[in-house]
Amino acid sequence: MKLKRFKEIALDGTVRQNPTLRLVLGTCPTLAVTGMGAISCLGMGAAVIFVLVFSNLMISLLRNVIPDKVRIPCFIMIIATFVTIVSMFMEAYMEKLFANLGMFLDLIVVNCIILGRAESFASHNPALDSVCDGLFMGIGFTVSLTLMGIVREILGKGMLFGVQLWNFQIAFFAEKAGAFLTYALFIAIFNVCYNAVERKLKHKAAHNAAAVEREAEAQAAASTEAKEA
Amino acid sequence: MDVFAIIIAALFADNFVLSQFLGICPFLGVSKKISSATGMGLAVTAVMVITCVVCYPIYTFLLAPMGLQYLRILVFILVIASLVQILEMVLRRFSPGLYSAMGIYLPLVTTNCAILGIAKIVTETTDASKAGYIFSDVFFGKLVNVNMVMGYGEAVLSGLFYGLGFTLAIVLLAGLRTKTDKLQVAKPMRGFPITMLAACFMAMAFYLFTI
Repeated sequence: MKLKRFKEIALDGTVRQNPTLRLVLGTCPTLAVTGMGAISCLGMGAAVIFVLVFSNLMISLLRNVIPDKVRIPCFIMIIATFVTIVSMFMEAYMEKLFANLGMFLDLIVVNCIILGRAESFASHNPALDSVCDGLFMGIGFTVSLTLMGIVREILGKGMLFGVQLWNFQIAFFAEKAGAFLTYALFIAIFNVCYNAVERKLKHKAAHNAAAVEREAEAQAAASTEAKEA
Repeated sequence: MDVFAIIIAALFADNFVLSQFLGICPFLGVSKKISSATGMGLAVTAVMVITCVVCYPIYTFLLAPMGLQYLRILVFILVIASLVQILEMVLRRFSPGLYSAMGIYLPLVTTNCAILGIAKIVTETTDASKAGYIFSDVFFGKLVNVNMVMGYGEAVLSGLFYGLGFTLAIVLLAGLRTKTDKLQVAKPMRGFPITMLAACFMAMAFYLFTI
């Protein structure tokens, strides 16, 4: 795979098509898990990355075998298999995290991010690209989830990664309604930053294009001068 | 569990969307118009009832006695997907009016966390040794109820009312959105963020039922 394509996929997954903040997919675990603290967010993110990478790999390898008409049930079965693996692994080795995440671990099966990537990327891209896409989409999800979790934990409980920082807390942010507010503010802030950066890049690109044009003109002028001479 | 308690919890205090964060995607995605919100809500309710009716016996009589609980995700999702397909075909054949109202939302419902969520909630509370009581529940009313184990009747009832709770939330949000979509909102807040703010206020209102 070329470096340029790799960069493109990485940027798409983490920023331009960030599943949580730009596409607004997989909202159920985002709203629920951010209230459980930053450590649970990391655990959830790790589980999603695992499922996303391996389901993308399998689907991309099987993309010429799976008939088009029954592709969705096939995708769901593949995803459910990997979710079962993660769920069993966590139950055996990370009991506390498993108890914390509870139902939301099983619900990764119906997480729209994973089915969405299977449908829109892995089902018509080679295996290596799909694995990268899964990895970076998962990282984008995990980072935004953990940031949201940190904000809600600090404001709502006065804690960070389970360690008590101070006694000041705004219980609203730890409650259900606070989840919606935090998510809304995160999307809004991300939109502001994204639009500002995009405008700047566009401006820069236009500037560069103008410079290239001027240079080309100057060269053309120079060449005509040389001919005349 | 008391029937009345189930109804109140399912509709308000334990509302699927606003308190348990299940089924948020259709809640935000299909709530632009009240009519489509109602269709989606009814489709979810119908599938939830069917899920409870079918998944509960499958879990208690097949998976749990054989120690195959770890297969639940695979089995539930397969069963739900095929049932939704059958329901869609039956509706299209026998009731075109109902099909045009909610049929188009049925395929969307399959991959909805609310459905898998209800299957998990209902089966989590079962106990294989108490499975014998299930039929007495259905045929003779609720006779025995030890240790808060959900009987079959209660499972189906909670499926129905959790679905209606979902319908209530999504229709209310659609009503709010007809107002908020016309507002002049700051550009980064348009779309999802302002909808989520509306949902935030709804969640605050529903929170009162839990105190």
